[in-house]
Amino acid sequence: MPADLSPLVLSLKVASISTLAVFVAGVALARLMNRRDFFGKSAAEALILLPLVLPPTVVGFGLIVLFGRNGPLGAWLEDWFGIQVVFTWYGAVIASFIVSLPLMYQSAAAAFDKVDPRWENVARTMGVSEWRIFRTITFPLAWPGILAGIVLAFARGIGEFGATLMIAGYIPGETETIPLAIYFSYEAGEMEQAAFWVITVSALGLAAITWLNHWRKRQAASAGRE
Amino acid sequence: MLELDFRKRLKQFDLQAELELGMEIMAVVGPSGSGKTTLLNCIAGITQPDSGVIRLNEKTFYKTGERPLRIQDRRVGYLFQDYALFPHMTAGRNIRFGAGKEADAAHIAELTELLGIGGLLDSYPHQISGGEKQRVALARALAAKPDLLLLDEPFSALDDDTRSRCQQELLRIHNLWQVPVIFVTHSRQEAAKLAHRIVQVDRGRLNLINIEASL
Repeated sequence: MPADLSPLVLSLKVASISTLAVFVAGVALARLMNRRDFFGKSAAEALILLPLVLPPTVVGFGLIVLFGRNGPLGAWLEDWFGIQVVFTWYGAVIASFIVSLPLMYQSAAAAFDKVDPRWENVARTMGVSEWRIFRTITFPLAWPGILAGIVLAFARGIGEFGATLMIAGYIPGETETIPLAIYFSYEAGEMEQAAFWVITVSALGLAAITWLNHWRKRQAASAGRE
Repeated sequence: MLELDFRKRLKQFDLQAELELGMEIMAVVGPSGSGKTTLLNCIAGITQPDSGVIRLNEKTFYKTGERPLRIQDRRVGYLFQDYALFPHMTAGRNIRFGAGKEADAAHIAELTELLGIGGLLDSYPHQISGGEKQRVALARALAAKPDLLLLDEPFSALDDDTRSRCQQELLRIHNLWQVPVIFVTHSRQEAAKLAHRIVQVDRGRLNLINIEASL
């Protein structure tokens, strides 16, 4: 076991923050796309899903262009907030966010599609506001799908490697997440350390998926009683 | 008084509605796909007509060229086909849902007693029978004291005894509260039993028909 557990702590921190952001953005985008038709909607949807089919290095390259010191967003963040994204753990959070957003978005969109619009309409005829309908009808009924999206996004965030390496770099104790620790331990010939992190990250992933499956079965069983 | 004079383009034909309704019960009959549910949806605001006017007691729901009134502001009680009860809420919460915090407790207590569902309030929709669901859905549609009641095949899923009981309840409620009621049905007999007026919808056209003749 390695003396330094900072990759575990950092991975959990990065994945938690990015999952929180992905949850808010994914649910909001899925809801917007589910309810409104507008010009360029298909293109917008394709853009959200694009990271699913792109190599992570392409995402990383794009992020460097956007968030680098001379990039439009990077310059703005540095000028206004003094935040530097490249070679910091913020970069890892942004990389995780971009690659896990499509998973959250897809799960949430499918979940909202399944909510019968009649429930929302009947609530409207009862004079209930749109926000309260979303809070008390749409969201609770879409929750199983949204939760699956959260678990997938978190697991994807923990596992993110290529884009993270490109934008956050490999700075031990600073930007060294578990996947980076595995790669660089292996490169350095520290097979035991690499194996430790492989087992750790596999166990995390397995636990998340097992828990989700168990929860889904319980949901299905209670739905079966309905 | 409900005034309808509108046109709505459907896939195969146009739905054309032109009628006035006082504090009566009106039955809408006609074959499947003739535009009956669309008629109710246009009145409730779930779909919008292409042109014309829909007005209830001086309140304009829809008028060509104007922004349609929001569903929430129409004060229309709507009982959907197969009821659409919120599956994750108890019957009691379903009924009180629209009434909010300032729920008129006395009104809701009266409703639940009238419909004989006092004992079901803590049950979830999947735990109660079709007839019970129907009564819960009716109570829910009436809880917000609507100015108009729309019922889409309210009794179709019920066995004969329950249907007959629910029909009596509808008549009783109408006598008590004097709201205009429009209900869609497949049964001419049911229409004749409950309604003061029967409208036949045929490929989007509304024709008033004689109650005796309809049997």
